[in-house]
Amino acid sequence: MAVGFLARSRTVAPPDWSRWLVPPAALAVHLAIGQVYAWSVFKPPLEGSLGLSGTQSALPFQLAIVMLGLSAAFGGTLVERNGPRWAMFVSMTCFSSGFVISALGVATEQFWVVVLGYGVVGGVGLGIGYISPVSTLIKWFPDRPGMATGIAIMGFGGGALIASPWSAQMLAWFGTGSGGIATTMLVHGVVYFGFMGLGVVLVRVPAPDWTPPGTPVQQAGGRTVAVSANNALRTPQFWLLWLVLCLNVTAGIGILEKASPMITEFFRHTAMPVSAAAAAGFVGVLSLTNMLGRFVWSSTSDIVGRKNIYRLYLGVGALLYLTIALTTNSSTLLFVLCAALILSFYGGGFATIPAYLKDLFGTYEVGAIHGRLLTAWSTAGVLGPLIVNAIADSQEAAGKQGPDLYFTSLLIMMGLLIVGFVANEFVRPVHPRFHEPGTGDSDDSEAGDPARDRR
Amino acid sequence: MAEGANGATEGAGGTARRRRGLLVLAWLWVGLPFAYGAFELARKMVQLFGG
Repeated sequence: MAVGFLARSRTVAPPDWSRWLVPPAALAVHLAIGQVYAWSVFKPPLEGSLGLSGTQSALPFQLAIVMLGLSAAFGGTLVERNGPRWAMFVSMTCFSSGFVISALGVATEQFWVVVLGYGVVGGVGLGIGYISPVSTLIKWFPDRPGMATGIAIMGFGGGALIASPWSAQMLAWFGTGSGGIATTMLVHGVVYFGFMGLGVVLVRVPAPDWTPPGTPVQQAGGRTVAVSANNALRTPQFWLLWLVLCLNVTAGIGILEKASPMITEFFRHTAMPVSAAAAAGFVGVLSLTNMLGRFVWSSTSDIVGRKNIYRLYLGVGALLYLTIALTTNSSTLLFVLCAALILSFYGGGFATIPAYLKDLFGTYEVGAIHGRLLTAWSTAGVLGPLIVNAIADSQEAAGKQGPDLYFTSLLIMMGLLIVGFVANEFVRPVHPRFHEPGTGDSDDSEAGDPARDRR
Repeated sequence: MAEGANGATEGAGGTARRRRGLLVLAWLWVGLPFAYGAFELARKMVQLFGG
């Protein structure tokens, strides 16, 4: 149980507290931990100064992502119990300590210390930080949960946008030897500690009787859905959404992970080949649409409904993959547009899932349920690159080149999205037997859900 | 009585001003680094696609 300043009871907002102070608190955490996607900036200097291979230097990142999934899955209930300030404090301490421990590892040229620091300790900070503001934001914005979680989860996408040039600049200042890398990591630890501190200080939970401005006091008779995290695991809805998230992420990550070689190979034998520099720009475009999709599509889901927005991600996403497979290298612009839209749906899928969970399971333990659902992300992180790389390698061994290297992968991604589309169609309100006693019934299972009438 | 009411109004006004200041500061805290990142990305994309 968290005590003192970190206790949930100390974070209850006074009546005049603005709910618009909560998104920046969430962003202070998500923009910081989103740095993980910029780990590649540290790879070449680490390889040079510690004599590592590319696979070895990727280890801290890979372990951090695994720890993200594990700590989100297993720490979700603790986060719900102790509140967002405690969770943000744990995230801030672990994430910053991860950098400081890594700095020590680089300075002493002990790579295992870097793996332990950034991968394990920092990874726990990632997982707890990722889920820390979700249920709080949903409680503050019951009228616009998609927009609220979209802002925070967009921050996770935007974190690399900040860290990538900043880390590169610091390495240019301090040098890429072990001393320079250690100093850079130390500064990262200190700066991120201060930056995330705003979230810790600012975050508040709404008072139990608080309602958003302009909202009727009672919705649908005042009864709401409340499903515990343990009960959620027993519902088909949880596993259907797990499948939807996993397949949507697999399809997106497949293109994201191979973006640069894919566009280069697609247009290699055309009148307008894509240079390595332009391919890097393509990766930048994908990062941007991935990030914007998180806010734009998740906010749109508040208007059109959660089920409909996933129909768009999965159905239109499958059609876009088909378009790329059929038009191959006939137009660079069409290829870039299709890939950019697919990546915006990938980001949108991440950002909309907490609001979808809230619609189905209520706000009772939505953070813990979200944490457990993130194991779908870890699975997709292995599946997506595995499918695309294995098929491209086998096609290359068979003597194929250009778009032919990716044709089968594109069709597989399309198939995965169709399976996800079908899974989404099976999502129905949760049966009342899974509800917490005395909290609602099946008639009101989607109280306040704009999606209800649009299904 | 009137003085007390005035004091309460001024107190509420002061709190509202502080809250607005906090709101601006909080959004700048996260907005400025984000703007820096977006600017750097835009610069890179112009360099790469615009030559």
